Amino acid sequence: MKRGSSNGGVPLAKTPTGVPGFDDITGGGLPTGRPTLVCGGAGSGKTLLGMSVILNGILKFREPGVIMTFEETAEELAQNVRSLGFDVDDLIAQKKLAIDYVHVDRSEIEETGEYDLEALFVRIEHAVASVGARRLMLDTIESLFGGLSNDSILRAELRRLFRWLKERKLTTIITGERGANTLTRHGLEEYVSDAVIVLDHRVQEQISTRRLRIVKYRGSAHGTNEYPFLIGADGIAVEPVTAVGLQHKASRQRISTGVRELDQMLGGKGYFVGSSILITGTSGTGKTSLAAHFAEAAARRGQRCLYFIFEESASQITRNMGSIGIDVDAQIRAGRLRLHAARPTHFGLEEHLAAMRRLIEEYRPEVVVIDPLSNLLSAGELREVNVMLLRLVDLLKSRGVTALFTTLTPSGVAEEQTELGVSSLMDTWVLLSTSEVDGERRRYLYVLKSRGMAHSQQLREYTLTSSGVRLLDFQHRATSPAPASGNGTASGTAPLAAARRARR
Amino acid sequence: MKRRPPSPPKGGDEGNNPDVWNLRLYVAGQTPKSARAISNLRKICDEHLAGRYSIEVIDLLKDPHLARGDQILAIPTLVRRLPEPIKKIIGDLSNSERVLIGLDLRAAPKGAR
Repeated sequence: MKRGSSNGGVPLAKTPTGVPGFDDITGGGLPTGRPTLVCGGAGSGKTLLGMSVILNGILKFREPGVIMTFEETAEELAQNVRSLGFDVDDLIAQKKLAIDYVHVDRSEIEETGEYDLEALFVRIEHAVASVGARRLMLDTIESLFGGLSNDSILRAELRRLFRWLKERKLTTIITGERGANTLTRHGLEEYVSDAVIVLDHRVQEQISTRRLRIVKYRGSAHGTNEYPFLIGADGIAVEPVTAVGLQHKASRQRISTGVRELDQMLGGKGYFVGSSILITGTSGTGKTSLAAHFAEAAARRGQRCLYFIFEESASQITRNMGSIGIDVDAQIRAGRLRLHAARPTHFGLEEHLAAMRRLIEEYRPEVVVIDPLSNLLSAGELREVNVMLLRLVDLLKSRGVTALFTTLTPSGVAEEQTELGVSSLMDTWVLLSTSEVDGERRRYLYVLKSRGMAHSQQLREYTLTSSGVRLLDFQHRATSPAPASGNGTASGTAPLAAARRARR
Repeated sequence: MKRRPPSPPKGGDEGNNPDVWNLRLYVAGQTPKSARAISNLRKICDEHLAGRYSIEVIDLLKDPHLARGDQILAIPTLVRRLPEPIKKIIGDLSNSERVLIGLDLRAAPKGAR
């Protein structure tokens, strides 16, 4: 039994699960021919994970599978599988899948004298042989503890069973209910020592988050983080935190901001293609207008653009943008711009991220706008928000998507302080602010940073006109009491401070 | 083991005869445990059900598919198929007292179970 586990330089064979993300964090999947324990509380998704491994095995990797269920009847299980869009009956008819429901009811059974669980072995063997299975799921074998009263026999037999499964070289998923102080209620982890995965389902501030952690994976490196995962219409998906890393190529190409004067401020050419842009500002400064300019201009040039809205409805955006001369509607009709509105609190962060990922993969945009990020981020706590943002930025960068994010700066907070520490992830940061001058409210725009390009340090006044955002000329600015930095090369906070001073 | 198990139906149409006990014993191969169970069962039946029982011994190593139908998990398992309701007793049947209770041939003491 020990021979394979000596870790003597031979890479451990792994069996891909086909569960999005999972194979990334495990470096290839589950240990081939060995048992893996998946534990978690009720509703944590362990059965679903197991079923996904079996069904993906059949459909994606041509490995027939067996599901031994100890809790749900074969019919209930079949229904669950169907809900994921698989035709169980067909898979069974094709001899790719076998399901056996093992039912033990203590009240129906009298125990007298010695026994063993050989019949269970026989049933597994029979089911495995009937389809030539390579993958097996036992869900949840711990139910046997409720059905049989002789604990010591049961434990000895489970030990024998797991050993036997290993000898049979079956890649097995064993699910177990989470115990109070132990991973599983009946200590299955004692018998399954190859790989242990813990699933967790928490609800915080009424938003549910599912997490997956690999507690143990003998003979293999694995990610040790808690990985958020989610259960969507097509099963389980794990979101690796750092699967992408910083491998993306930095592009030298540029993309227009949609506002000519702003392009000029950014070395005359606009943003870098594939970069991340942050636009921050207090309420009413025109963040959405700038975002819409960017999106609409990109669409007009024939680029595919996906615009996520987390504050308004799609029709509100089209109407409002129409009022400042940005014809969002025409681009939507032309199929180059897609608006996607969702309420931030509707889902947990992970669901959002997954939904966005799905849309991005499906629509393949070159430009993505997220407006506003701050609302989306209200769906989680700070730390997860940062992680999620990192993943989102990673995802977009890895696909070479130019992404523009807006965030609302709450009034009273220093403008250059994003509450989320988002800024370090961003390549370009455009700051919008307002200031009261001579009894009127004026808007100012400032490029706080833009990595890899010579950009203007000027604080520029701008207005929202019926033909969009217009940056005012220097002459105009010269007459206004705004920054006194003169040559337009002031850096840091000086221009803003000047603008603030100007209010007095 | 002097007796070979297969079940000569006693009294003919036992399917409809409530007086004939239809018992099935599941084993897996010729293990000492199954041998013990078979002989224990014969003894108990001869004592308490003389002439009105039939025993069918099923070897799951030969007929693995049969384990599913009766929800067999442990070996040996005795299933009382008739009279209804179905009863199951697992183990080598060494404690005849428990077997009799399990088969409803004797009332359970002091409200056990």
